[in-house]
Amino acid sequence: MDYSEKVIDHYTNPRNVGKIEDASGVGEVGNPVCGDIMKMFIKVENNIITDIKFKTFGCGAAIASSSISTEMLKGKTIEEALELKNGDVVKALDGLPPVKLHCSVLAEEAIHEAIADYLRKEGKLTEDEIKEKCHLKEHNCEHCEG
Amino acid sequence: MDNVYFDNAATTKLDSEVLKDMMPYLTENYGNASSIYKIGREARKAVEDSREKIAKVLNCKPNEIYFTAGGSEGDNTAIKGIAHSYKDKGNHIITSKIEHPAVLETCKQLEKEGFEISYISVDENGILNLEELKKSIKPTTILITIMFANNEIGTIQPIEEIGKIARENHIYFHTDAVQAVGNIKIDVQALNIDALSLSGHKFYGPKGVGALYVRSGVKFDNLIAGGHQEKNKRAGTENVAGIVGIGSAIEKAYAHLDEHNEQIKKLRDYYVEQVKEKIPYIKINGDMEKRLPGNSNISFRFIEGEGLLLNLDLKGICASSGSACTSGSLDPSHVLLAIGLPHEIAHGSLRISIGKYNTKEEVDYLVENLVEIVGRLREMSPLWEEFIEEEK
Repeated sequence: MDYSEKVIDHYTNPRNVGKIEDASGVGEVGNPVCGDIMKMFIKVENNIITDIKFKTFGCGAAIASSSISTEMLKGKTIEEALELKNGDVVKALDGLPPVKLHCSVLAEEAIHEAIADYLRKEGKLTEDEIKEKCHLKEHNCEHCEG
Repeated sequence: MDNVYFDNAATTKLDSEVLKDMMPYLTENYGNASSIYKIGREARKAVEDSREKIAKVLNCKPNEIYFTAGGSEGDNTAIKGIAHSYKDKGNHIITSKIEHPAVLETCKQLEKEGFEISYISVDENGILNLEELKKSIKPTTILITIMFANNEIGTIQPIEEIGKIARENHIYFHTDAVQAVGNIKIDVQALNIDALSLSGHKFYGPKGVGALYVRSGVKFDNLIAGGHQEKNKRAGTENVAGIVGIGSAIEKAYAHLDEHNEQIKKLRDYYVEQVKEKIPYIKINGDMEKRLPGNSNISFRFIEGEGLLLNLDLKGICASSGSACTSGSLDPSHVLLAIGLPHEIAHGSLRISIGKYNTKEEVDYLVENLVEIVGRLREMSPLWEEFIEEEK
């Protein structure tokens, strides 16, 4: 697999691995059948992500995508974090092989799920408002349905 | 350690003595084996000598051996060639679910042409279901193609029984023996094999050269049209150096077969024992008795194979996995799914294939790194976390 130096660095020395015991929000996406599961833990204080950790079952690209997104999001506001797109993750990693692009999508989805979980716990928004704000979508993978 | 090679089922290192035998035909003896002058005649003699060496190992006649560019070509030639030659007799072919893609994809092509293919299942160790095979035979069955030994899990098939069933039913029997040749004694007559494909680089010979045995009397259309080479069955100027190499390699492999197998099997068993002792929650895939001596295939639960391979690579260790991420598709290996592994366990498989150059020190180095890497990847895995919490 043709991985960039950045990807190799992140799967060799992943940043922010682990879990946050008293997390403000937790998001999990993926499926063991597909070979990728990503779980993100965020700690939010005054609307700012003060801590973020991840656990990932998956290939090198999935680990690297999780790792770099945690670096990109620490210290960001909820609104800024929701702006994160999978393309930003790919760019930060100096590219991913085409067959691995879905790994960066998983990272984006995991973050959005974690924020949605936080917002649900906060209880200020309705489920529909949360869905809209966090751009939540059904995990769209024909494989998982099989 | 620099380059610790545990992927001998993928390819092997060219034996330096084989290279020495090949060198003259890459340099001064460059003649075309079809030419009448001296260097041409020398090339012809070298090609025929190699043919004899292969025939001797398989216990067939030299004129039943056809040189190819490798295992995939042998499989394509035998299966398509026999199917097309006997299509007037029937259109049904029997194969297994765990064949190499060279066989499976060839069968799929034939399906598009109107042939009917039965894919026989295997048990949880990867052994072919013989009852299902017998039941699938029809009056229209013209060919059975079953691999000798599996490339991923090393399972050796009941070839003698399959050969017998095929012969009794007047059906031709081809076997993809790419993983078996160089590891197992093969007597095509005793085993009732009508066609067999093999590849040079799996037994310390060169890449890009293989051989196909087809029993005399069995007709097969040629895949590559052109010149008269290989009795009009395989056009193209002979790869003389490669052919010399495959002959030299097969002769060496069988001269020291028992000795090498014993050494390789001992190392493989040592590796499996060490892993069993040092790493919990693993699953050993494939049959432990009917198995290629150098093959091991172990699933490490809660982790994914590509991450494992990448980390091993950073330590200079070469291995292989049946995970989807390494196959370039969404599905893990068809072989691991056929033996009934759930997807998530198939994703975490690691194939270590030991060869004659491997040492105990290398196995120790591998195990030491595996313990560390598997531990680290599990710490990172949400599946491991869930499992540990449930255990509590």
